[in-house]
Amino acid sequence: MRALTFHGTQDVRVDTHPDPEIVNPRDAIIQITSTAICGSDLHLYDGVIPAVMKGDILGHEFMGRVIETGPQSTLRKGQRVVVPFTISCGSCFFCGQQQFSACDNSNPVEKRDMSEQLYGTPMSGLFGYSHLTGGYPGGQAEYVRVPYSDVGPIVIEDDSLDDDKVLFLSDILPTGWMAAENAEITNGDTVAVWGAGPVGLFAAQSALLMGAHKVIVIDHYPNRLKLAKGLGCDVINFRESNVREALMEMTGGIGPDAVIDAVGMESHGFSFDNMMDIAKQTVGIGADRASALKQAILAVRKGGRVSIPGVYGGMTDKFPLGALMEKGLSVKAGQTHTQKYMEQLLGMITDGKIDTTFLISHRLPLEQAAEGYRNFKSKQDEFTKVILKPGMGA
Amino acid sequence: MRKTSQSPSAGVPSTGVIAAGLGLLAVAGVAAVAATRPRKPPHGGEDSAPGRTARRSSFGDYTVVGKTVTISKPSRAELYAFWRDFTNLPAFMENLDSVELTGGKQSRWTIKAPGGTVTVDSEIAQEREGELIAWRSVEGSEIDTEGRVTFRDAPGGRGTQVALIVAYKAPFGTAGRLVAKLFQREPNIQARRDLRRFKSLMETGEIATSDNRLNIEEAA
Ligand SMILES: [Zn+2]
Ligand SMILES: [Zn+2]
Repeated sequence: MRALTFHGTQDVRVDTHPDPEIVNPRDAIIQITSTAICGSDLHLYDGVIPAVMKGDILGHEFMGRVIETGPQSTLRKGQRVVVPFTISCGSCFFCGQQQFSACDNSNPVEKRDMSEQLYGTPMSGLFGYSHLTGGYPGGQAEYVRVPYSDVGPIVIEDDSLDDDKVLFLSDILPTGWMAAENAEITNGDTVAVWGAGPVGLFAAQSALLMGAHKVIVIDHYPNRLKLAKGLGCDVINFRESNVREALMEMTGGIGPDAVIDAVGMESHGFSFDNMMDIAKQTVGIGADRASALKQAILAVRKGGRVSIPGVYGGMTDKFPLGALMEKGLSVKAGQTHTQKYMEQLLGMITDGKIDTTFLISHRLPLEQAAEGYRNFKSKQDEFTKVILKPGMGA
Repeated sequence: MRKTSQSPSAGVPSTGVIAAGLGLLAVAGVAAVAATRPRKPPHGGEDSAPGRTARRSSFGDYTVVGKTVTISKPSRAELYAFWRDFTNLPAFMENLDSVELTGGKQSRWTIKAPGGTVTVDSEIAQEREGELIAWRSVEGSEIDTEGRVTFRDAPGGRGTQVALIVAYKAPFGTAGRLVAKLFQREPNIQARRDLRRFKSLMETGEIATSDNRLNIEEAA
């Protein structure tokens, strides 16, 4: 099969790999019809996540048709499914608590040592996201092997729902939703969201659906800010305005009740101290550039909530721990418990309460995936979301 | 693994040290009690940490490793029963090639080591239904080793805490060198990985792998 393959920092290519096959009893093989490039794929592309190896197949946002099932799979051939990016067994303690991204079993045992060293407990399995999270071949490919296929993938019964409408159930829509849920929004709240990328925009949309009085989205790409405005949000361009002052003024001198960092470890331009962080990231110390998060913590009101859907992988310098303590903030973070939200969100898509298609800027054949990465990286204003279609003629 | 020149146990008969200090059986009856007992550090005072978490991993001539996992399902009785059938062990113990029941409480374990295999004749030294299985190598085995697995209810209805403790003394000669190679790299990693594979197999019916094909060599 053909698949987008990592060769080195900012070097990805579509190569030929052996087709996947059923390995474990609960597996299924999916023929991919649509797969997206995620903002977090750019962290892999840029080489800031460790343990990505030459030959790895990337991609964790995908959907398609079931073509083969293991003896314990509950899927049937021909079914159309969206696959969550988190690989979860469904039967461990954490899966039982619906903390699917903390699954105890999905990261192969022999792959756990590194993340256990880094974080104290090993990470769970994720598709196409380095050997820290299992080294699972990803879905920017013609075919993918899906473990625990009896509990992960959601079946799309309604063939009239386009891929474009449901594909984002695989990651960014539940991620945005959980980010808003973690912000513990109540009626009348003002919520500030850093980053008008796909997750930030979905978090903003979710916050409004959860009853936020006002959502303020912060970025510097005019086109992305326009998308946020289209959702009914206020926006701040941080190149034009002093963000913290603007937020204070827009909230009557109180500060936002909740803040969401949808930028993550490669945040740029949000403050001066990230020059230092960039230098360290470059020499391999692995300090995350967390300037968006630092700014969010200073901007939020006393006793406010900090939600972090943005991806971080290492350590952060000059973290404003004092502000966290003295302001009495609470923080919630984490990889998304995708399986927990898929059904509810599919219902909201079907009912027309949530639209996901406004994000999509480009659809490309899989063969042009490398170009998609390049443009998504270098022309972020124009390339808001790239979908790869393995079946599409080049 | 560290040398034990600083060990207070130097010169003390090693089996006694293990039983008292690590809760591993040397003499069957004593061990069951000692296994649950917190360690008393030589400098006095109290320490609730289990003996197997001591900063040193060698006690006398023995190397001791031990780990605990919590397994949510199936029941404690079923977990015990699966383990008690030693022919099931190679399904999750990476270095175990096969286990052959040789009659009574005895079995023959064939262990994979770099460059060959090592055979251990082992007998069940102690067992308590649903709680504990302890085994040790019989006289004349290629390695002097003992192990025990205990099962107890986890708090909050979280299932069963399964603890595996293994001690071994590598002899001289070829087998000794193989075993030393096998265990000395990271003695705790093997116990931890084996236990986690046991947990995965029990909870999910399979052991997770990111391999895309059954025969990965063929795929390469
Ligand atoms: Zn993603
Ligand atoms: Zn699980």
